[in-house]
Amino acid sequence: MTIDSELLRLLLYVVGFIAFIATNAAYLVWLERKEAGHIQCRIGPKEVGPFGLLQPVADGLKLMTKQLIIPKGADSFLFRLGPVLVMTPAVMCFVTIPYSDTIVARNLDVGLLAIFAFASVNVLGLLLGAWGSRNKYAVISAARVVSQNVAYEIPMLIVIVTMVMVTGTMNLHEVVTSQNGGFWHWNIFRFSASPLMPVAFLIYFVCMLAETNRAPFDMAEAESELVAGAFTEYPGMGFGVFFMGEYANIVVGTSMATILFLGGWNCPFGLWPGLHWFLIKMYALIFTVIWIRWTFPRTTFYSLLNLSWKVLIPVAFANLILTSALLKVL
Amino acid sequence: MDADTLKQKLAALPSAAVQELDHARRGFSLDVSLPPAQLVAAVTILDEAGYFIETITGVDWLGENAARIKEAQAAAAAKKAAAAKKAAEARKAAEEAGEPLPEEAAPEVEEEAPAPEPAVDDLEAIYDFNRYDRCHRVTLRTRAPRDKPSVPSIVHIYQAAHWHERETHDFFGIKFEGHGYLVPLLLPEDADYHPLRKDYSA
Amino acid sequence: MTAIAQSASSETFVLNLGPQHPATHGVLRVKLVMDGEYIVEAEPVLGYIHRMHEKMGENRTWAQFLPNTGRMDYLHALAYNHNYVCLVERAASIEVPERAEYIRVITNELNRISSHLLWFGAFVLDLGGFSPLLYAFDDREQILDLLESVTGSRLTYCYFRFGGVYNDVDQDFLDGCKAFVARLRERMPMYHNLVTKNIILMKRLQDIGFIDAEMCRKYGATGPVARGAGIDFDVRRHEPYSVYPRFDFDIPVYPGCDSMARYMVRMDEMEQSMRIIEQAVGAIPEGPVMAAKAPKIIKPPKGDYYHAVETARGSFGIRAVSDGTNTPYRMKLRTPSFSNLVTFGEAAKGMLLPDALALMGSLDLVIPEIDR
Repeated sequence: MTIDSELLRLLLYVVGFIAFIATNAAYLVWLERKEAGHIQCRIGPKEVGPFGLLQPVADGLKLMTKQLIIPKGADSFLFRLGPVLVMTPAVMCFVTIPYSDTIVARNLDVGLLAIFAFASVNVLGLLLGAWGSRNKYAVISAARVVSQNVAYEIPMLIVIVTMVMVTGTMNLHEVVTSQNGGFWHWNIFRFSASPLMPVAFLIYFVCMLAETNRAPFDMAEAESELVAGAFTEYPGMGFGVFFMGEYANIVVGTSMATILFLGGWNCPFGLWPGLHWFLIKMYALIFTVIWIRWTFPRTTFYSLLNLSWKVLIPVAFANLILTSALLKVL
Repeated sequence: MDADTLKQKLAALPSAAVQELDHARRGFSLDVSLPPAQLVAAVTILDEAGYFIETITGVDWLGENAARIKEAQAAAAAKKAAAAKKAAEARKAAEEAGEPLPEEAAPEVEEEAPAPEPAVDDLEAIYDFNRYDRCHRVTLRTRAPRDKPSVPSIVHIYQAAHWHERETHDFFGIKFEGHGYLVPLLLPEDADYHPLRKDYSA
Repeated sequence: MTAIAQSASSETFVLNLGPQHPATHGVLRVKLVMDGEYIVEAEPVLGYIHRMHEKMGENRTWAQFLPNTGRMDYLHALAYNHNYVCLVERAASIEVPERAEYIRVITNELNRISSHLLWFGAFVLDLGGFSPLLYAFDDREQILDLLESVTGSRLTYCYFRFGGVYNDVDQDFLDGCKAFVARLRERMPMYHNLVTKNIILMKRLQDIGFIDAEMCRKYGATGPVARGAGIDFDVRRHEPYSVYPRFDFDIPVYPGCDSMARYMVRMDEMEQSMRIIEQAVGAIPEGPVMAAKAPKIIKPPKGDYYHAVETARGSFGIRAVSDGTNTPYRMKLRTPSFSNLVTFGEAAKGMLLPDALALMGSLDLVIPEIDR
């Protein structure tokens, strides 16, 4: 019996991704707490291990030892399905992301499409989990999540379409190789395609924040309004899995920003390209995401929709039309 | 409307007693006592004059009538004692002067009347109003007997009274006629006691 | 207003906000009839920490009630102390030495700033911004240290006495006040730049949570709620007490009637309090801090007495009825948040849930003071 080496490779990658997502989420929590601490004139966790580096381990242990309580009257199937549906698509997204010239689990020709298809399932997980937990706060939160995501996928996808037009491919590996070289080759500075490229990046970034339910768009969790929103009834690892899924989605979102706009694994000066540049760019973006969370108050739902429908979508469309016109003319 | 017009208007209400007070000494300027029937009219006057409502509260005057009777009796006893003393002194003086003793006046027939049964004591509702532009605190008081404490509600004039009247009802059991939602505000939902009544003890 | 359950139909649902909810800052419960995220009707339910201070007032002596006053509004306890001692001084005709009056004003205004700072942090926290809270607490800590050095406590003060204050302040305290004012002056622009001018914050507060002057009058709202509705009403100016008339300070009034106006009133008030502290520290006379002839046993003459002060939340009044004995016959406590909260039921109608919570935050509620 021969083992299909391609399948084995894929399996190993998936195992690696799951391990990465779990540790990454744990250490993003640490980063978030440290960063929040320094933003707020504190020093953050410091007791468990050097610089509090073992804090995530302690947190994880605490979450895992907690009983998974299913509230009376909740739909226990949907309640259990929710976290799974948030986590699984996030893992799937990792499969097609090229981290460097050689590190990619599966180089799909429709990689871009696959990622955004998977990413939109995550909403369903939140919706079902919230609905299943039979809690009024959770139901309000579910309604918010859905309309928020519908509103934000539109400008995001318009930007993606623009990028596909500019690079001429949906294969993520090719998207990166088309930006080979110094930072002036990167899509964010490709003014020949459209002078609005930095704006497109901003639109993408804002939509990414909204898609991943991060502050200032964390209406779904909104702890001062909805207690914990969709997660109100989730104890222990039920909550933990949601949390991991949220951080995995942030990683996917920032990875996509890195690939589409910031030249993937390319070095800004054209030297030593590789995985390290990809990680540096991605974590710099994640740092920014956390920074934003601890700086801004939360927006309200209607101003978020206003922003989407009245600002982001028109600007994204203008960019699309401008880009296509320029591509046709030049 | 200036303070004097207001005072005249309030004084014009039937059986209202208006008293002007020294603000520096007492903290309020006008003290108006009214029968419950005149309350709504008085509050309407204040509303038209642009006053805002500060608070509504109550006072339980339990034992007031008994104390008044006791006081009256004490006063009467003191008067009698003083009269007796005076008579004794007069007699003594006459004796010393060697004058003939005056006719023993027939002692005034002062039958020891049995202590009258004190009337039912009152619960008092107190309303404080003030102005935003200058300080002129007006206090309205109205009294209702403890066994049937009923005062008209002013919710339709000042919405704040909704809570203040509920609170006063909680603490004193004063019924605000026309309120419509006198359920306990600060006390538990099923509270049937009125803790600020003087005969209440935990 | 009627019982809330009656107005719930099949189109709406009832949401119990509290008594344990992050935005109610204590144990306030609000029954909301919601249509989706819109509030159809809101009914605050009180009494979860009702302690019946008014009855306690009736069964202890005038002096024994003094510590109770600091336990109602734990954020501006000194104003409550102050009102009570002023009331008793008015009733029993006790003269207070100048220096004591100045100390009262200084500590009171420090306490007002600390209350506003805590409100500022908690309010932005309600709006989802966590970080300003810790900066505000950093400043507030300085005040608590200062007040602790003279009063001995950090939150529920009982520092004033009939006829003066418990102990004298030293030069260190006065220098500390000056240093604190200088520090906060430097940091206020930071607060304004980072928070007040934040576009998200502005969008969440402007034209939302409408409470106008007529509504204030009908509901008896005072303090920053009234001043945010364009009413120039401040007990310190309006019904002067202590030595406030000697100081030059403005009363910030904003005509916006919205949450932003109330926010701005409080932010400006901190600056005015700093002005008062500066002037008072500069002009504080030497002398005793207790009246020489303060009676040991207080027996005010028969009658009603009222006294009001301006707390951080509005006009706090005490009506005391004395029967000439050493215990009060009746002690009515008119607390400002109680009257300010009544407006919530009407103002929140038709609002979205997050806006209603912003409105509630802008009222600056202190629940133990509402429940008493």
